[in-house]
Amino acid sequence: MHEVRSQRATENALRNLINQVDNAYHRGTPLVVGIHTGGAWVATRLCEALQWNEPAMLDISLYRDDFETSGLKRSGTTDRMPQQLNGENILLIDDVLFTGRTIRAALNVLFDYGRPGTIDLGILFDRGGRELPIEPTFLGESLGEEGVERCKLVGPEPLALITPDS
Amino acid sequence: MHGPAALQLTSDGRLKHLLTTEGLQKPLITELLDTAETFLSSQGQPVKKVPLLRGKTVVNLFFENSTRTRTTFDIAAHRLSADVVTLDIRTSSASKGETLFDTLKNLEAMQADLFVVRHSAGGAPFFIANRVTPNIAVINAGDGTHAHPTQALLDLMTIRKHKGDPENLSVAIIGDLKHSRVARSLIHGLRGMSCPDIRAIGPGTLLPSDLGHLGVRTFHTTEAGLSGVDVVVLLRLQKERMSNALLPSEREFFNLYGMTEARLKLARDNAIVMHPGPINRGVEIANEVADGRQAVILDQVTNGIAIRMAVMAMTLSTQQGAHS
Repeated sequence: MHEVRSQRATENALRNLINQVDNAYHRGTPLVVGIHTGGAWVATRLCEALQWNEPAMLDISLYRDDFETSGLKRSGTTDRMPQQLNGENILLIDDVLFTGRTIRAALNVLFDYGRPGTIDLGILFDRGGRELPIEPTFLGESLGEEGVERCKLVGPEPLALITPDS
Repeated sequence: MHGPAALQLTSDGRLKHLLTTEGLQKPLITELLDTAETFLSSQGQPVKKVPLLRGKTVVNLFFENSTRTRTTFDIAAHRLSADVVTLDIRTSSASKGETLFDTLKNLEAMQADLFVVRHSAGGAPFFIANRVTPNIAVINAGDGTHAHPTQALLDLMTIRKHKGDPENLSVAIIGDLKHSRVARSLIHGLRGMSCPDIRAIGPGTLLPSDLGHLGVRTFHTTEAGLSGVDVVVLLRLQKERMSNALLPSEREFFNLYGMTEARLKLARDNAIVMHPGPINRGVEIANEVADGRQAVILDQVTNGIAIRMAVMAMTLSTQQGAHS
């Protein structure tokens, strides 16, 4: 199957996401947390653009809900998180939102670090296909209601979305 | 693949039991150590538990007394959110005459997912792994004088963290290697990691005769053996070695082999000192070394939890795979 690699669409979505976040957080900077790996790339670009501190990073591999069927999936990374999150306003960032299960796992990880004040969700691409009641607060681009069969962000430099050629 | 390693691996080389470090290859050991590193980082969270093995049942089968090892397996299983049952077999069924096989079948009927086995007879965990129902993982927590693979892995993890890849290191093991499953497993582990220089230091009565076959060089004095080593591994000296007349006295052992500051200077600068614990101060190790900056003994304990978490997660993960 042919694949389409889109750098321009990715940069447009990123700009869109950054603008929304910039508008929403004029009063104070949140603690930005990127989900390893794609979410961390997006979070890094966002923080650079807004001249915020380097983002924190979460690995959700130990919190996945599919150990029963898929076994251990080790990412080979470790969290880069502040010591505690009590009362923090968090902006959680991921690259592609699909079933919502990754976000569910990430929320669980965050609560094992403390009790955040608020959590917003920033997503670069929404590919539909939700299985849980989870929606982004800020969205770079929707890939359509129907959902896209497969897609994946590659990076970190340059960032590009890979989708099957239809 | 054949021999002892075969039983613990699937046909495609994944770990389904952990029985011995003998025959484990570098990629798999590295995967185990890397996985343990991931778990080590989760141990820094305010909530140290991860939900990975929620709903799984780990049964600790301890046919031989052990507080320390059992506790670390307990903690590891709890931190993976598994349910843990500990059976002190010495005081239960075995003393009523039930055979190991029947005990095993009973535990299987209780839907256990993983057995952690310690036994005074070498080979007992192999016996169990050979006979358990598929999809149950078996971890050897020490069998006789044969093997103690999780201890060897936590030692390798500690060595790698402090000194880098064992491929470039000299490691000396001092003391009673003859009766030590820790030493035997570590030697196999170091060989698996392509360590080029493994040395054994001790009196002739406490060194096994087959070390040469394992590529280990033997020394009877620390002066000859410690020169240029990066890692010094001390072993616990068991009291009964004196009553068996293998050693004249503890004091004699300390005078000849005890790790003192002066003796440690024979090794490389910044060599690390390890010990599987519990330590005998004034026998294998002097106070100033045990409490000194080169000792990484407590680090070994911390790494031990992470290693046991990694072994449980990886073996159960493989067993899940066999299931689907």
